[in-house]
Amino acid sequence: MAAQTLQSVPGEPTSARHEQSLEDVARRDAEGQAYFDKVMAEDSRIEPRDWMPPAYRKTLLRQISQHAHSEIIGMQPEANWISRAPSLKRKAILMAKVQDEAGHGLYLYSAAETLGQPRDQMMQDLMDGKAKYSSIFNYPARTWADMGAIGWMVDGAAIANQVPLCRASFGPYGRAMVRVCKEESFHQRQGFEILLELSHGTPEQKQMAQDAVNRWYAPALMMFGPPDDDSPNSKQSMAWNIKRFSNDELRNRFVGMMMEQVKVLDLTLPDKDIRFNEETKKWEHGPLDWDEFHEVLAGRGPCNAQRLERRREAHHNGAWVREAAAAYAAKQAKKQAEKETAA
Amino acid sequence: MSTSPETTATPAPAEETGGHGDLNVGVKAAGGSGEATASATRITPGNALRPEDIALAVSSGSAKPTEDVAEIALRLGDDALILAQRLGHWISRAPELEEDIALGNIALDQLGHARSFLSYAGGLDGRSEDDLAYFRREHEFRSASIFEQPNGDFAVTIARQFVVSYYQFELYSQLTQSTDATLAGIAAKAVKEVDYHRDHSAQWVLRLAGGTDESREKMIHGFKVIWPYVDELFRDDELTARLSASGAAVEPSSLRAEFDRLTGEVFAEAELEVPKVQPAPGGGRRGLHSEHLGYILAEMQVLAREYPGASW
Repeated sequence: MAAQTLQSVPGEPTSARHEQSLEDVARRDAEGQAYFDKVMAEDSRIEPRDWMPPAYRKTLLRQISQHAHSEIIGMQPEANWISRAPSLKRKAILMAKVQDEAGHGLYLYSAAETLGQPRDQMMQDLMDGKAKYSSIFNYPARTWADMGAIGWMVDGAAIANQVPLCRASFGPYGRAMVRVCKEESFHQRQGFEILLELSHGTPEQKQMAQDAVNRWYAPALMMFGPPDDDSPNSKQSMAWNIKRFSNDELRNRFVGMMMEQVKVLDLTLPDKDIRFNEETKKWEHGPLDWDEFHEVLAGRGPCNAQRLERRREAHHNGAWVREAAAAYAAKQAKKQAEKETAA
Repeated sequence: MSTSPETTATPAPAEETGGHGDLNVGVKAAGGSGEATASATRITPGNALRPEDIALAVSSGSAKPTEDVAEIALRLGDDALILAQRLGHWISRAPELEEDIALGNIALDQLGHARSFLSYAGGLDGRSEDDLAYFRREHEFRSASIFEQPNGDFAVTIARQFVVSYYQFELYSQLTQSTDATLAGIAAKAVKEVDYHRDHSAQWVLRLAGGTDESREKMIHGFKVIWPYVDELFRDDELTARLSASGAAVEPSSLRAEFDRLTGEVFAEAELEVPKVQPAPGGGRRGLHSEHLGYILAEMQVLAREYPGASW
């Protein structure tokens, strides 16, 4: 149905388009825009080969690649505890979880590639510091309890953010989110369980859990992005059916969820101002340090340099392996072609 | 018409039952060879024999290793545990995202095997997998030297993985016939996973040896670094002689010919030669380790030892 409104496929040689008259291009753009508007009005889906406004493509590419980068950088704070996990069962769960995150990165890079940018380029932008990732991963995972707090709060916030994205107007993103959210909810439960075990353990273990919750609380709330009156891109994203709820709406909802769950954990949230506003029927929280958020986002957080350097190091050390794989594949293809010619 | 969905759909359920039965074969073969079917070999909904099942069977007394079987389980559990600890380091550091996942998966498989073997080994004196992993000292570990060798570059890791997975495949294949039902059950699950590890490492050996000049040089170097530790894997001793006589396990030396033949095929295709290096004396089976193990254990055990008796 969308095939008639096809614009050029990303990566298609531009010479093909030059042969078209300007009128043709204008007509196709107009048809494409009309189809796009209809999809938006029907709250239906845009697929990679459909026409889309350049700004829509750019926004999605930025958002999906940032999301992928967050998964990849987000592997590091948890990978940091694989070797020291305090039981073999926890070690296995943690390994599986970090492995899931690599998988999420892969799906998301693949979804982003359908918009016309190769994974290598996205990776390069990340390593060059041109692309952003979630600022939460620039905080250190200091103790084992951080594995619990990251699962419960960071993955919890990610789920609150991502469940509405399962309905995102761009098909590949929405579909990737369905699978990602399923795995994330497992991650959140395992984080909750780590904290539960600690809070019912020795007094030192309980203290470790409380300390981790205290440290991750504010950064987790800031994962939803700046307050609504300071979030310039939100309005357009909502008009495009990418974003369904505002940053503050999602944040408030998340605070409400945590307030219930923290009771079961027998721990507290480090915020005396949390309350349910009977008039607005919404949860409210105390002030957050947005200066710190912007500092970390600008690259001046506790672990920014370390996280990026680790990625660069892995990429650099693996260069010869990737070259070898490419060279081998080329040789094999050549051999195969020669065989076929001979036959 | 024979390819229509209707006609192909009919045998599917039977096929599926056959698939499930396939896994049962390894387990039942052990039961059928004289041992009562221990609950440790119960097939869980995921079709997998879990370490928790073994721990349960051991604690309820329905599966108990002999002293010799416990000792071999300890050896195999330690091998897999130390390798998992080494491989886990690659997660978030691999050359490609796909390899982060692949090496992580292999590490996870090895950790699963370790947990099963250690849970069973602990059945001798009531120790848990964690008691054995976290509260033994260096000289009490029974892993062979190859498993504790440093990751080195990617080629060294692949060389180590190649040797280990071809060795483990032969070993676990034989152990599926063990007279000890639990060992047979663990091996039946492990052998299928290790088969994939063989495939993964063999493909990389071919790619690295046949890729660029640099990768070929690194692959040759990787094998040179790892090969001194190959012989130890195939050395017999009094324990393996007794286990072989009872049918619970096999003499490691009996696995060598097939190992040489199959690795030789890959070497031939990769145009590599078996490295001419002196074998290291080994000694891991008697608790004599290289200098590496102490650091591995220091890192692995630090948190558990900081809070002895704590539950996680």
